Amino acid sequence: MGSILKIENLTISFGGIKAVNNVSFEVEKGSIYSIIGPNGAGKTTIFNCISGIYSPDSGKIYFKGDEITRLKPYQVAKKGIARTFQNIELFSHMSTMDNLMLGRHIHMKTGVWRGATFINKNSKAAREEIEHRQKVEEIIDFLDLQASRNQFVINLPYGTRKLVELGRALALEPELILLDEPSAGMNLEEKMDMIFSIQDIRDDLGITVLLVEHDMNLIMGVSDRILALNFGEKIAEGLPEEIQKHPEVLKAYLGEEEK
Amino acid sequence: MDIKRNYYEDIELFKSNTILVWSILFLLFLAVLPWLIVKYHLLGLSIYIVNLITVHAIVAVGLNILVGFTGQISMGHAGFFALGAFSTVILVLNWSMPLFIALPIAGFVSSAFGFILGLPALRLKGPYLAIATLGFGMTITTVIKHMEFFGGRMGLQAPKLELFGTLMKDVHFYYMIMIIAVVMVIGAVKLMKTRVGRAFIAIRDSDIAAEAMGVNLTYYKTLAFAVSAFYTGIAGGLYAFILGFINPESFHLIMSITFLAMVVVGGLGSIMGPICGAALMTFLDIKLQAIQDISLIGPALVAFSQKYMSLAGISNIAVIVYGLIMILIVLFEPLGIFGFWIRTKRYWKTWPF
Repeated sequence: MGSILKIENLTISFGGIKAVNNVSFEVEKGSIYSIIGPNGAGKTTIFNCISGIYSPDSGKIYFKGDEITRLKPYQVAKKGIARTFQNIELFSHMSTMDNLMLGRHIHMKTGVWRGATFINKNSKAAREEIEHRQKVEEIIDFLDLQASRNQFVINLPYGTRKLVELGRALALEPELILLDEPSAGMNLEEKMDMIFSIQDIRDDLGITVLLVEHDMNLIMGVSDRILALNFGEKIAEGLPEEIQKHPEVLKAYLGEEEK
Repeated sequence: MDIKRNYYEDIELFKSNTILVWSILFLLFLAVLPWLIVKYHLLGLSIYIVNLITVHAIVAVGLNILVGFTGQISMGHAGFFALGAFSTVILVLNWSMPLFIALPIAGFVSSAFGFILGLPALRLKGPYLAIATLGFGMTITTVIKHMEFFGGRMGLQAPKLELFGTLMKDVHFYYMIMIIAVVMVIGAVKLMKTRVGRAFIAIRDSDIAAEAMGVNLTYYKTLAFAVSAFYTGIAGGLYAFILGFINPESFHLIMSITFLAMVVVGGLGSIMGPICGAALMTFLDIKLQAIQDISLIGPALVAFSQKYMSLAGISNIAVIVYGLIMILIVLFEPLGIFGFWIRTKRYWKTWPF
């Protein structure tokens, strides 16, 4: 299978500090690709460049062969890239259902007039609403979120919120999903569940996963390939086993032995 | 708990039979309200006050779509209100259009300006947006004041309307305004349950996430301004005919702030809240103007004023009481009147446990 996402010589700096410096990599369609690195290595910055929140100083980003480098976030979403955030960015005063329904936004058409004037079940807006609610219900089943279906997200525990955010990204029916530290702050059991969810996303839904994570067990367990960054530069790329033994990676994480 | 059987129940207007029954009763009450007022002088209301309340309720619902649901602030809604009022009167007066055509056109004129004001709002947040919209409101009234076309400083006389050959009275206005208001409120409820409303709320809660999920911020933020201005414009058109006379001086800054206060006192982010807020604030505003006529409190205040202050200052007490009530409501229930309602409902649901 070919590559779904291709990044060429990506560089972005914030006031003299090169957050990401000349990084290139390719993500195979249908794989789980992870980016690791110590704090401040530029992992989330790469995510923000892909999803259009930052626009890079130089370099190019291709998704399925189309360049998406300067697109706005909502245009990137329409291309089929969904993401989650490191510090949960949910719509806290909406129910889980409504959060996931917002994920369906780009697949729906109802405008102001139709939305404000639907009369009954057979009106266009209502029919569309019902159809998409069924789709969302499938995701709720997939992630076991039935109990929190009608609760405001603000009242949900942390781990559940992470799942809701994942569900919202899935509701967009993306081809590529960017997960920014999906297991941060979770306990061991929740982490195991998250590993299974990520594998299911790839195997059952056929979505390519790009992952940023600090938990090495999770990374080594699920990744097909890994990219290691330090101070914005690519220090290694390869299979999990290669990365584990790579001297540069060990140096970045453990420091150098004094001689 | 209520058990849901299909997905339509999630977006249905009347979620249960209880709500349906109460809604019908409330509509019946509205239908007989003029008769109750004339016959029993309910709460000392007049039909004129009720008309004013209804018009303000439309504004409050519209403003709340912007402030409560989309999280954008506006201190310039008196400007949209003025635009609606002047457009309607000019359309009816100069082009002799029937009101039911002039009103929607005025709504769209107002929403076009809302769209324009929405553009700078894309880059502004919080206090900065407040100042920008405040400037807008003041500019509109100043421009209107200096144009002969709008009657200049003198304002315009709204033409007398006829219904089946007879002049329309307050009661006729009442039914006309009430029907328009009910339709517009139902529209707002439905809008907030479907795609566009969800996008508005999403922008309020997290604009970054909303955009990353495919919501075009530029479009939806300006759209929120346009929808809000549409409601306010229609209300403005009705206001002109209730007063019978409009003058640019009356659409001042305090009016914008009062609209905002109605929404906050009523409860941000709900539909029924701002309606209650509009009712309370309008009622208080008018009743407190004649504070000396209220039994017991009135004479005491007059005596107090005569003893310690000048009698001319008596109307200021109205403003103080008005402000005090606002402060108390916001202090004890940040969600305003709607918050009280939710608490009462929760209490009754679990009563007597």
